[in-house]
Amino acid sequence: MANGNVSDAPVKSGLDLAGALKDALVAGIVAFGLFALVLGLRTEQGPTGAQILLPRPQLLFMSVALVMAGRFLISLFFRSGAVRLPAVYLPAPFVRVNYLGNIAGGALLVFALIIPVIFFDNRYILDVAILVMTYVMLGWGLNIVVGLAGLLDLGYVAFYAVGAYSFALLAQNFGWSFWICLPLAGIVAAFWGVLLGFPVLRLRGDYLAIVTLAFGEIIRLVILNWQEFTGGPNGISGIPRPSFFGLPFTAADDGFAAYFRLEFNPSHRVVFLFYVILALALITNLVTLRLRRLPIGRAWEAMREDEIACRSLGINTTNTKLTAFALGAMFGGIAGSFFATRQGFISPESFTFMESAMIVAIVVLGGMGSQLGVALAALIMVGGFEVFREFEQYRMLIFGLAMVGIMVWRPRGLISTRDPSIHLRKAKPIPAKVVEEART
Amino acid sequence: MTPSPVILDVQHLTMRFGGLVAVDDLSFQAKRGEITAIIGPNGAGKTTVFNCITGFYQPTEGMIRAIHPDGKEFLLERLFDFRISQLARVARTFQNIRLFPAMTVLENLMVAQHNELMVKSGYTLFGLFSLPVYRQAERAAVDKARHWLDKVGLHARADDPAGDLPYGGQRRLEIARAMCTGPVLLCLDEPAAGLNPRETHELGDLLNDIVADTGTSLLLIEHHMHLVMDVSNRVVVLDYGQKIAEGTPDEVSNDPGVIAAYLGVEEEEIEIVMEDTQ
Amino acid sequence: MEYFIQQLINGLALGSIYGLIAIGYTMVYGIIGMINFAHGDVFMVGTYIALIAFLALIAIGITAVPVALLLVLIIAMALTALYGWTVERLAYRPLRGSFRLAPLISAIGMAIALQNYIQIAQGARVKPLPPIITGNYVLIDNGGFVVQVSNIQIIIVLTTVALMLIFSWIVSATALGRNMRATSQDMKMASLVGVNVDRTISLTFVLGAALASVASVMFLLYYGVIDFFIGFIAGIKAFTAAVLGGIGSLPGAMLGGLLIGLIETMWSAYFSVEYKDVAAFSILAIVLIFMPTGILGRPEVEKV
Repeated sequence: MANGNVSDAPVKSGLDLAGALKDALVAGIVAFGLFALVLGLRTEQGPTGAQILLPRPQLLFMSVALVMAGRFLISLFFRSGAVRLPAVYLPAPFVRVNYLGNIAGGALLVFALIIPVIFFDNRYILDVAILVMTYVMLGWGLNIVVGLAGLLDLGYVAFYAVGAYSFALLAQNFGWSFWICLPLAGIVAAFWGVLLGFPVLRLRGDYLAIVTLAFGEIIRLVILNWQEFTGGPNGISGIPRPSFFGLPFTAADDGFAAYFRLEFNPSHRVVFLFYVILALALITNLVTLRLRRLPIGRAWEAMREDEIACRSLGINTTNTKLTAFALGAMFGGIAGSFFATRQGFISPESFTFMESAMIVAIVVLGGMGSQLGVALAALIMVGGFEVFREFEQYRMLIFGLAMVGIMVWRPRGLISTRDPSIHLRKAKPIPAKVVEEART
Repeated sequence: MTPSPVILDVQHLTMRFGGLVAVDDLSFQAKRGEITAIIGPNGAGKTTVFNCITGFYQPTEGMIRAIHPDGKEFLLERLFDFRISQLARVARTFQNIRLFPAMTVLENLMVAQHNELMVKSGYTLFGLFSLPVYRQAERAAVDKARHWLDKVGLHARADDPAGDLPYGGQRRLEIARAMCTGPVLLCLDEPAAGLNPRETHELGDLLNDIVADTGTSLLLIEHHMHLVMDVSNRVVVLDYGQKIAEGTPDEVSNDPGVIAAYLGVEEEEIEIVMEDTQ
Repeated sequence: MEYFIQQLINGLALGSIYGLIAIGYTMVYGIIGMINFAHGDVFMVGTYIALIAFLALIAIGITAVPVALLLVLIIAMALTALYGWTVERLAYRPLRGSFRLAPLISAIGMAIALQNYIQIAQGARVKPLPPIITGNYVLIDNGGFVVQVSNIQIIIVLTTVALMLIFSWIVSATALGRNMRATSQDMKMASLVGVNVDRTISLTFVLGAALASVASVMFLLYYGVIDFFIGFIAGIKAFTAAVLGGIGSLPGAMLGGLLIGLIETMWSAYFSVEYKDVAAFSILAIVLIFMPTGILGRPEVEKV
């Protein structure tokens, strides 16, 4: 299309003021209905202890007016096609993935490597960086399950929790070091992945989503209530912190600082933690990129496209799904171990359904199983979430609305192209619009 | 002509969906190295038979035996659907074309060789460390893919997404993909549907080519009578789930019962008409 | 024995509430094949609307119980239906025809948004309502455990039965019901024969929300206390009920609701209260794994 306008409706010349006003009026009436009781009146504890109602006419009026104004503008500018929301297409060479990575990914990697150097004294930024990196790893782990294999997993937090608690219990009861407990916790999580995956992976899309959600909640509730084993709501504290290959991060003479003849700074440990999570995430990424080019990775993506066709080609889809699930679980468990050691303390509150929802949102927002997309999405969502910290209550509301908005705007995610895992002559990225609805 | 051994032996196949009998006591045989066609008016149960043979439905009654050239036998009604392709080496294409649209043509063909590659990649381990044994296997797989791309004329589009191909190309890709699994029996569900006469003719050539080249036997469901009459060695005719005729294309096309079924008139009327016109 | 009967009565009342919410899930799944994640939170919004309506009526002096109850029902049904309609228009309709995960994420986002919207608008504390419908009937009194059925329980069951009858009539005898059934079986064909698919789907959401709002009013009167988080748990349980009864089947949803209500009540009464939510989730998992079509559902044949 020469002018990029793909709308079927005839484009009216000029702006349709009357139509927009009508839309705004309807929106206003709807908004009034929605807000009249909930925003217009506030329930509060009255002087006698009973509930009373406090009228808030200004809030009601402003909310309705806001909705009307917004609807008016949208109708005026977007519906008539006069203005189109820019579809952000990152130019192909910018995001093309070859074996060594691409410009965007490379830039992000370099940036990530030098963050601790730039922000050495800013503890807050370092903490946020660690948080973002943790979610990047979780996103990459779940990407194997959801992005590549197309399995709707809404209970990923279960593996995160299993990894964290396994690590904590192993470290506390056996006294092993971080580097031993970490892979062990990953293996435990992978084991749980197989255990939980086995009965459910033959379920169809939406049912799988709900069952995994149920499992996630069951695990959280069991952890919450099984006081003797997991400490219940109090969680487990006193989890040993990581050392620099044997050198503890203390101010003592046998500590890290003393060994390298540096002045002791609590930031050392934080920086080390950042590089640890960065390394773990990069391992997740490399393994995923490698597997994608191997038969198993191709089978995952083929399953996502059309499972019935896969079965007709002789592929044991159950085993293929289990492998994806177990691998994703392992990485989730490793991330959980990291979380445990970073905080020194874990409790069931950190492992709610919201976490699963957040990670799934990151993967879906990233788009098409793209690793780069997931990293960007994690950065935007977690970083954005932190940035809005001052807004307190409102930030969750904005988060929820943003999820809706982003899905409506870009249902396929940020990165809307897929890179083939093998090519005969020339690797050409596949645009999202080619992809039909995945058949169930 | 010396009789070729049997590759598919269907005996008393019956499929019931609740109260509806879709396939009623069907028995027929397909011979190795031949093209066998199943035809019949719409609703005759052809696709149901197919789905039973290829493992997507569990037959209510009956036995479906696949017999390999080396004598090994497989009871298809007992195997899981993926095992039918993996062990019994029976492949299929679909009426509604099921490709992997977001994957390239080449990738589609590579996925078809999954099982072989998995073994050669040491179930991923060799592949993970890029050992030579895997790299060799992958190269061989690409070669095989290239061979079939040439056969179906899609070499130039190897790196294009499968969803981008024109309809005829997608059909040919599906056939090539099924052949990449190295089957002894290929089942095609209305392969000529939606093709124009020239493409249909080319399809017929392709099918003959496949049989001549690889010795794979073919089983087809088709409505295009020209194609069926042209390429088939043997035709089985179904109507309302029952077999009403079986034989060579010539025998079947002159059978009054078959004509009656297609025209929807009584068999006796056809005979009268045929006698009159003789 | 008397204890058991009491639990039976309690379970049926609770189950009716779950059933009403479950119908919303099952209808939406039947018609557009998607799980309306936000439905539980629409129910929650309904409880707040009911609460505020009650308080408002009391404030302006309408205290006659039947009148107040009727007015609150009407108001709650109308406004909650509006919420249901809005959710569909904003979060689902733009994504219709898009790939599977997008509406699910959108729904989760909507659920989060609704929860926090209420939390901001009305505060995070639990909200109590003074008991409005009191009194009960003693059924069995042998000197041991006294079996009672409270008025509110009677009202819940009667209202549910009435609604089920009306609703079944709507689905089977009206044009709307016909359109809904047609759309759920084959959307494209339905639109080709002249069914306004968009409007039918919207009305499905509206009806589902309206029914849930009746559950909201009943819940409020039965438990007397609400908070912004009840939507999530109630939603999961109601969805479990819908799946247990057979997703896509309306009588199944009600049957599932009653079963879940009974199971939950019995479990709390005879085993442990803390793990009762685990019981609900476990049932969900077990049903989905072993009996995904539920009790009254029709098994789906894979289209090859």
